[in-house]
Amino acid sequence: MLRDITLGQYYRTDSVIHRLDPRVKLVATFIFIISLFVVKNFWGYLIAGVFLAVCIKLSNVPPKFIFKGMKTIFFLLLLTMVFNLFLTPGTALVSFWKFTITYEGLKMASMMAIRLVFLITGSSIMTLTTTPNNLTDGMESVLGPLKKIRVPVHEISMMMSIALRFIPILLEETDKIMKAQMARGADFESGSLIKRAKSLVPLLVPLFISAFRRAMDLAMAMEARCYRGGEGRTKMKPLIYQKRDRIAYGVLYTYLIVAIAVGRILF
Amino acid sequence: MSLILDHVNYIYDEDTAMAHPALIDVNLQIPDGQFIGLIGHTGSGKSTLVQHLNGLETPTSGAVYFNGEDISDPDFDKKDLRSKVGLVFQYPEHQLFETDCFKDVCFGPKNLGLSQKEVELRAYEALKMVGFPDEYFYQSPFELSGGQKRRVAIAGVIAMKPEVLILDEPTAGLDPKGREDILGLIKKLHDEMGITVILVSHSMDDVADYVERIIVMNKGRVAFDDTPVNVFAHYKELEEIGLAAPQVTYVMQELAKAGFDVNAQATTLEQAKNEILKAFGRC
Repeated sequence: MLRDITLGQYYRTDSVIHRLDPRVKLVATFIFIISLFVVKNFWGYLIAGVFLAVCIKLSNVPPKFIFKGMKTIFFLLLLTMVFNLFLTPGTALVSFWKFTITYEGLKMASMMAIRLVFLITGSSIMTLTTTPNNLTDGMESVLGPLKKIRVPVHEISMMMSIALRFIPILLEETDKIMKAQMARGADFESGSLIKRAKSLVPLLVPLFISAFRRAMDLAMAMEARCYRGGEGRTKMKPLIYQKRDRIAYGVLYTYLIVAIAVGRILF
Repeated sequence: MSLILDHVNYIYDEDTAMAHPALIDVNLQIPDGQFIGLIGHTGSGKSTLVQHLNGLETPTSGAVYFNGEDISDPDFDKKDLRSKVGLVFQYPEHQLFETDCFKDVCFGPKNLGLSQKEVELRAYEALKMVGFPDEYFYQSPFELSGGQKRRVAIAGVIAMKPEVLILDEPTAGLDPKGREDILGLIKKLHDEMGITVILVSHSMDDVADYVERIIVMNKGRVAFDDTPVNVFAHYKELEEIGLAAPQVTYVMQELAKAGFDVNAQATTLEQAKNEILKAFGRC
């Protein structure tokens, strides 16, 4: 049941997208997100959708797998849509009791929904196709210039990679603990809200204990190998741009220009 | 009263590139009161198999029957099944959460909806049954030694009075003394409570002395399912799938090969001792 959560997980397979330099993918995700907020009309979103679809196709990750992760944000999505639908002022389309649906509200709600779905899908593609290690390396290198103003870039990226690395481990552990408690008759699915919150105690206590134990073990293992932060560390596999990365950058900037042109200027 | 697995298949991560079968066409019948050893090395599917027995996993195809009822039937009461087929997981850390051991053991019977008095009585009985010392009853389960933690975990399941008790690697991470103690305890539970016991392990030496039937899993399939004597007779094949017969078997085989008049089929230390003494004419 918990295996359904795909957010922040790596999907092991081989594809062009998998082989791209992590910096390209980080910049691409960033640009894609910017384009989503710059674009003002549906034609722009169509372009973004096509770009996204091509990326999914190229990544060899089954679309089913990507959208399974969407279930977790469904509630957030619904809430945003409802708020936008009813609370945007403008020309009324339908009105009943105290609620009014406006044309602007409808437009806003659907745009918000598209934006959110694309945003999550876009960033999932990055995490699904990049190993946590690669992702951190890329992040460290992209954020490198910030070191000049004393931002602890290495430490931040190290924390990020550890956090990402532990998501699947802790999920698996949660699954195991849930099963162990269900074997003792625990019920996580039914009952009132308070009863359900209470039923989480037998799950959370062992989970926290194991997370702390793991954190301590990891700290010990890092110290045993003389880890002392980013100062003067070299890489075993330094990041070097290949031909495909340059092509990817070309495609990316073309996309940005087309998306902005279509989404803001042309229509 | 029995468990039957009928052509059970199970595929992990179906619909993804990581899909791989964990169980392939498993057919088993587990009658009442048997003491069974389920052997296989890591990834052979033994843990997945036992999770099918109490409905934590549902077969991708095939069916599991408990007392003649299909457990994947929507009307089937899974909670009732889990109280009758008790499963103790490998790491006690995965289930201990209360502030003291006694309360922790109460968790299972409480979930069955029993009265407070009955719950406490059962918890007390279970802790006594596993030989847990009185002075630790109100101590935090996290301060106990590995062996004692395991006792509390086992008591937590026994307190639900299961008809079938499954233990997943109950001796993992214990020292030799703790191992002997836990295995002796399981034997005692089987004999005194008359329940079916399934002992999951990757070590033949663990189970050889105790069980009456051995099921060997290899790559998701049942490789052997027979009495210990008959299974160990295949010690060459067992080695091929990365397992080994108990050390006693090797000693007896060597002795027989060297021309001593011993029964090479002795599987327990006791039998072997008697055979060797007999061969040397001391008995």
